Amino acid sequence: MAIDSDVLVVGGGLAAITAAISASREGADVRLVSHKASTLRQASGLIDALGYVPATEPATPLRDGPPTAGRELDRDEWPDPEGPLADPFEGIERLPETHPYRIVGGDALREGLDLFDELAGDAYRGSHTDRNALVPTFGGSVKPTARYPAAAEAGLASDDRPALIVGFRSLTEYDARAFAGRLEAAGVPFDVAGAEVEFAEAFRADAKVTRLAKALDHDEAIDATPAREALAKAVAPHLHDVVDETGGVDRVERVGFPAFLGDDRGDEVRAELADRLGADVFEIPMGPPSLPGLRLEDRLFDALDAEGVRFETGNPVVGIETESDGRVETVAVDRNGRETPYGADAFVLATGGLVGKGLDSDREGVREPVFDLHVEQPADRYEWFVDDAFGDQPYARFGVRPDERARPVGGDGEAQYPNVFAAGGVVGGADAAREKSASGVSLATGIVAGRQAATEATQ
Amino acid sequence: MDQQVDVVVVGGGSTGCGVVRDLARRGLDAVLVEKGNLTHGTTGRMHGLLHSGGRYAVSDQKSAKECIEENRVLRDIAAHCVEETGGMFVKRPEDSEEYFQEKLEGCRACDIPVEVLDAEEARRREPYLARDIEKAIALPDGAVDPFRLCVSNAADAREHGARVETHAPVTDVLVEDGEVVGVEIEHETGPGKRVHREPGTTEEVRARHVVNATGAWAGNVGEMAGVDVEVRPSKGVMTVMNTRQVDTVVNRCRPKGDADIVVPHETACILGTTDEEVDDPEDYPEEDWEVDLMIETLSELVPALKDARTLRSFWGVRPLYEPPGTGTEDPTDITRDYFLLDHGGRDDLPGMTTIVGGKLTTYRMMAESISDHVCDLLGHEATCDTADAPLPGSESEARMEELMDDFGLRSPVARRSGQRLGSRADDVLSEQDPNPVVCNCEGVTRAEVQDAIGDAGSDLNAVRLRTRASMGNCQGGFCTHRIAAELAQEYPEPVVRDAEDELYQERWKGQRHALWGRQLSQAMLNHMLHATTMNRDGDPATLDDGVDFGAFDAGASAPGPGDGGDAGTAAADGGRADDDAATDGGRADDDAATDGGRAGDDATADGGIDGDR
Repeated sequence: MAIDSDVLVVGGGLAAITAAISASREGADVRLVSHKASTLRQASGLIDALGYVPATEPATPLRDGPPTAGRELDRDEWPDPEGPLADPFEGIERLPETHPYRIVGGDALREGLDLFDELAGDAYRGSHTDRNALVPTFGGSVKPTARYPAAAEAGLASDDRPALIVGFRSLTEYDARAFAGRLEAAGVPFDVAGAEVEFAEAFRADAKVTRLAKALDHDEAIDATPAREALAKAVAPHLHDVVDETGGVDRVERVGFPAFLGDDRGDEVRAELADRLGADVFEIPMGPPSLPGLRLEDRLFDALDAEGVRFETGNPVVGIETESDGRVETVAVDRNGRETPYGADAFVLATGGLVGKGLDSDREGVREPVFDLHVEQPADRYEWFVDDAFGDQPYARFGVRPDERARPVGGDGEAQYPNVFAAGGVVGGADAAREKSASGVSLATGIVAGRQAATEATQ
Repeated sequence: MDQQVDVVVVGGGSTGCGVVRDLARRGLDAVLVEKGNLTHGTTGRMHGLLHSGGRYAVSDQKSAKECIEENRVLRDIAAHCVEETGGMFVKRPEDSEEYFQEKLEGCRACDIPVEVLDAEEARRREPYLARDIEKAIALPDGAVDPFRLCVSNAADAREHGARVETHAPVTDVLVEDGEVVGVEIEHETGPGKRVHREPGTTEEVRARHVVNATGAWAGNVGEMAGVDVEVRPSKGVMTVMNTRQVDTVVNRCRPKGDADIVVPHETACILGTTDEEVDDPEDYPEEDWEVDLMIETLSELVPALKDARTLRSFWGVRPLYEPPGTGTEDPTDITRDYFLLDHGGRDDLPGMTTIVGGKLTTYRMMAESISDHVCDLLGHEATCDTADAPLPGSESEARMEELMDDFGLRSPVARRSGQRLGSRADDVLSEQDPNPVVCNCEGVTRAEVQDAIGDAGSDLNAVRLRTRASMGNCQGGFCTHRIAAELAQEYPEPVVRDAEDELYQERWKGQRHALWGRQLSQAMLNHMLHATTMNRDGDPATLDDGVDFGAFDAGASAPGPGDGGDAGTAAADGGRADDDAATDGGRADDDAATDGGRAGDDATADGGIDGDR
């Protein structure tokens, strides 16, 4: 007995949720299945649209033939990217033609961001302007992004108030002094200092950030001092660490912490710290495990629920059944070892890219495992990469190629299935990492794929 | 002021490090110069096999005997560099029975202790061996960490008064009146520890004798002195697996051949190798067929290798040498023996001796023999004690259990630290409080990283070689920035940034040869983390053009940028509650942080992984 819906979305990240809600709002009955917990928890929580147009042509000739030992990397092999872009929309036309933004259009990005703003509500900022913000992240560099958690707002690099970056001796992700030095090297318009303080020492070495967040949420006593007060006390001696260009000492007006300032009660934690320190407080987006990513994941799944989309996680799609006219009729979902057919009039594939396992590979090639969709790739795996780790990596652009309705096309340029649509990381053509476009591609393709799937299903 | 010493040793591989240690312990004033890191050339690019001699027991019994002798010495003096894994030569049905018997007899003739195992016993010891293997010969092969071995030799030399200069390539061999009198070196960043962005300098090191221990590069140094040293460099690939499919060294029992050994090494297994003559030890192709050959052929012995995850591949060049006129066609037939070339007698150019050929297992014996030779020439009387004196770190049994308690380390981390540091563990680990883990894959703590930085300066590849930090599954994706952050206590920000970039690019080099399956997922995750979230590729700090910060969003409450186009900002801000962020989702356990595999495996979704999706 098949489980039926108008639209079935496969995947559980930002693109899948965007597609599901977009389809639902077109009046379709939508179901979402995802294999494992979403990877949003590994994301920084920033919502990028387009930050750079990276070089796709090397400045100096690349090697010919296999890699050779001993070749010194030419640091100028790839020209600087164009950017950071203050306006994410104006760069779209200079992206390669096969880029998803060029295919689904800049309006799709705008609509996707609008939908995101609605779903994220007041937890996110940036919707007041089309412009990118420059947000300091844990490497110490600033990066352009379209939307950012409210918790990160006081840290924006275009804000000229003097800032203190706080690091912790027992956390190894960054050193606050090098962090501040890197901001200065970027030419930020504010005075900044970094201080490594003791606080997390009270916890076991290698305590996870989630543990620290919980202690701040509950204001647990640390050596008889409540955690928030203890943290403020650790930071207070450094509030005058900032020296301006004339050598004068500035009292900082904002203080940045790794993103662990509470989980359930982040606003309360930040407010109390701000009050105690007499300065605004902001969070610095971090690598995995990422609290801002976890918070976003929770919020998006709540939104999905509120939208009336049924969803289930933990079960992979392991096969498909097609009709004689080439339409996909059902997909087989493996539920505890039993294959159950899920029928739908249209399907959205949003299973992610190489990391999320929406694309699979071995020494012979790269493939899309659910629908076996066409993935353009050089036949020789030694042409999947270039020698500069940050060069124009062909592998970074792997994925299915959509048509303007977001239907994956085969080698002949024709849609492979009339009722299959794709969104997010499984879509190729973008180097989301260098462009800083990952979330935007998910939102833009998600909104188009969802809408088109609903149209297909309700026709 | 240029220096006058007794001996300058060129080349910081196992031979050079062994020689400088030996000379220093005999009381000579010695300097070691190396163009890269210690082990930069061939030594750092081997599979880590501590030979029992079994490999040469049929074809070259002289080498086999030397191997077993030195194998015993190293277990003693370098216990913290050696893992006594044991090894076996495994016979498959298609392999020759006659050769199996020859191998057995050869080992016995060379005093290598052997035991014949039937298939059942062999598979009991190594359950991943193929079901159809016939039998095996067990013998005392082992694993040796060449980095630790070289660093310990260099450290001991330094303790005995020697000077060790890395990142100091020889730019000229000084010849005066028909005699070699020293070398000119170029310090990449000034003498002493390497520090990025420090300007370079040139120095003449004058010596009574020069030892050319540059292996595959011996011809280049010879050329600077005007003598011919015809090394025949031969490349071999080694493929690193992400886990130990075997815990003993597994050799294929057949005459020479490619892809016939699996060496367990620390957390990994290393598959080897090929043997192809190359023209230039620094410029030769690294090809995919070589990697494929390792996996395909060795999975005949260990089928699990076929679909296992490989982390990276690397190539090394053997410094093969044969006396002029021998004319061996196939490099696999060239002897593995070592040769001492006295240029006084050979080329009428006194003052320099070259050592070529040989293998890591016998490095100490080679060093002893060349040190004897140098002492003879210099008329210096002293006895060699390197076979008996333990290397720093191996003076006593490491106190693993105590370490766990003493330093509050979770047990696997303490065990790993103890293994790497040996008897130095106490001193190193007590230096840092708090002492968090910096590299999760390999369990490397801050104390070890700081200890290595103290020794190696801002050179994070040297730190890597000393600690194994960044050498695990994530290949630096989750830790290069953390290792670099450890530099910040001592070095300014631009140095930290350059050092980080250098390590990250070095890690990428080897991964290029493992880019499929889970390691391709890992590479993508690393790319996303470092480019998307950390913006290392587009960081305004590194771009040529400045950034107009005023053109970007400064926050809803800030005055809009110059064009005044962002109306309504104040209202938007006023209308907002502060972050009511997030309900508590079930916490993802982050045990994975080190393993992109997790990333891959966990992730269903849309590339959420990537940082921002």
